[in-house]
Amino acid sequence: MIVPSLEAKLIQKEFHDPVTIQVLKDINFKIDKGEFVSLTGKSGCGKSTLLYILSTMDTDYSGELFIDGISMKNKTENELARVRNEKIGFVFQFHYLLNEFSVLKNVMLPGLKLNKFSEQEIEHRAMEKLRILGIEKEALKLPNQLSGGQKQRVAIARSLINDPLILMGDEPTGNLDKKNSIVVFDIFKELAHSFKQTLLIVTHDQEFAANCDRIIEMEDGKIISA
Amino acid sequence: MKINLGFEIAKSLLLARWKQTLVAAIGVTFSITMFITLLGFMNGLNELLDGLILNRTPHIRLFNEIKPSLDQPVNFHSDTIKEYNFIHSIKPNGGRLSIYNAIPIMSKLKSDKNVLGISPKLSAQVFYNVGETDLNGVINGINVVDEQKLFAFDTYVTEGNSNDLNIVPNSIILGKGAANKMLANIGDLIQVTTSKGERVKLKVIGFFQSGIQDIDKIQSYCSVETTQKLLGVTSNYITDIQIKLHDLTKAPELAKYYCELFDVEAIDIQTANSQFETGSSIRTLISYAVGITLLIVAGFGIYNILNMMIYEKMDSIAILKATGFSGKDVKKIFITIALSIGIFGGFFGLVFGFGLTSVIDQIPFNTAALPTIKTYPVSYNPFYYMIGGIFSIATTYLAGLFPARKASKIDPVIIIRGK
Repeated sequence: MIVPSLEAKLIQKEFHDPVTIQVLKDINFKIDKGEFVSLTGKSGCGKSTLLYILSTMDTDYSGELFIDGISMKNKTENELARVRNEKIGFVFQFHYLLNEFSVLKNVMLPGLKLNKFSEQEIEHRAMEKLRILGIEKEALKLPNQLSGGQKQRVAIARSLINDPLILMGDEPTGNLDKKNSIVVFDIFKELAHSFKQTLLIVTHDQEFAANCDRIIEMEDGKIISA
Repeated sequence: MKINLGFEIAKSLLLARWKQTLVAAIGVTFSITMFITLLGFMNGLNELLDGLILNRTPHIRLFNEIKPSLDQPVNFHSDTIKEYNFIHSIKPNGGRLSIYNAIPIMSKLKSDKNVLGISPKLSAQVFYNVGETDLNGVINGINVVDEQKLFAFDTYVTEGNSNDLNIVPNSIILGKGAANKMLANIGDLIQVTTSKGERVKLKVIGFFQSGIQDIDKIQSYCSVETTQKLLGVTSNYITDIQIKLHDLTKAPELAKYYCELFDVEAIDIQTANSQFETGSSIRTLISYAVGITLLIVAGFGIYNILNMMIYEKMDSIAILKATGFSGKDVKKIFITIALSIGIFGGFFGLVFGFGLTSVIDQIPFNTAALPTIKTYPVSYNPFYYMIGGIFSIATTYLAGLFPARKASKIDPVIIIRGK
């Protein structure tokens, strides 16, 4: 049996401040390896909240989350950090690059943290990722010397450095203009098709979602179509 | 997380705000510098003042005291207790000041393991004859070699060579105050009258200046033999045996023991000079208090700067956590930052502290009371450098601990969603 990359079972979440509101209700779905999935829905429907639960950063929920078939319940903060490092790649709306480090170093950091390969090996792999994304020329620049589109591509390269099981994106094109959005989308598509990378992208861009392999649509904290 | 990676991230965070880092490090440097300087100066002064008295004071002094007999005849008559006693006391008789069996006692002491050295002494009351006037004086008969070794006698001989006391017969090292009154120079002959009325001529071979003017006006030094001749006594006449011990703290206990063993009076340095120890311990306490206050102030500076850095670097911390760095890793990074400020600041503080104390050591300081001191006294005791080093690291660690904890607890979700 093939283990799904990600599986959510009966995930529920409530916000208690100032009054108790249920933001996620009975979320059930699976994402198989190699799938390119988009998670859409209107603002405030809980899609970002769900993504942060799926990414293990938010641990305040009920239900169960399996990543690579392993339950994330009862894991310590350290173990969850390890899971994020090893199995999850992240791309946010904002690039979140560290301005103190060069582009190359930014990409290398999660790899150095994982400490699976030697530093030379990680550097080599980082250059490889930058080449795939077409920005290997900018490797030694500092992030603030790059354009917005380039920065986002560096962020994608960083998310890929440890060959994650799943790449998650939170409105990764939300801050980009049309042209750069298309570039980033094409990159995701290529990753999915050429490299069999599993992707889960939160977006409210209907056009973006329409081009994905599968759309999960949410409304009022529930999945209405998967 | 590999240690190297933590260091690298800490380093780049530090260098990104190098001006703030520098200010924090200068804070530590300044306080450690002042701590070292203050303690060095304070303790230099302490050692000087203590030395002024303690170096010259024997740890135990054995002597014979003229005192009334403890066994007053009236006490033998036990019936008198309830009756009125007309006999107040029996006055001490002429007695003798010299120690009985001084020579055997000395040879016994020399073989004692607790004793560093001994020096015999006797003193003679004299008058210095200056024209028609007679000045009160005391001539101390000493063994120059022992005095030099045990009581830094040479430090106080400002002119002339003290060794001549053994070479030149009938020679005297005159107190500076007395010499000024007598207009005596080295090589002059002076005349003294002994208590028995004999007039003796002595050759001045040096001057003695203790720093305590009343002493310098009265005291002079001759060899033991010359003094015995002045007094007209035999060569076993010794009034004081000065003992220096290996361990000063044993003095009270040994004084009691010698008192019983040799049947003489014995006084220890702690009893004779208790005020000095009180003075120096309080001065040391004050300088520690000031130094530690400086360090705590520097610690608050570091705390503020790290706190500010955490607010500025909130995004970076969030992304580090999102990409797999744990709270522990983040905490380590911030503690590394604090400690490196502490170590660098502290190291330069120790260096500058040493520099500043050396500068103070060169500043001229002349006072009539302290003839042997030419510059400000300072102490280079490595113990203070150790305390300073340990304290700089300890305070910066504590100052970094709270901000680091705060950083480790940052929830990346809140930061990332907040954008």
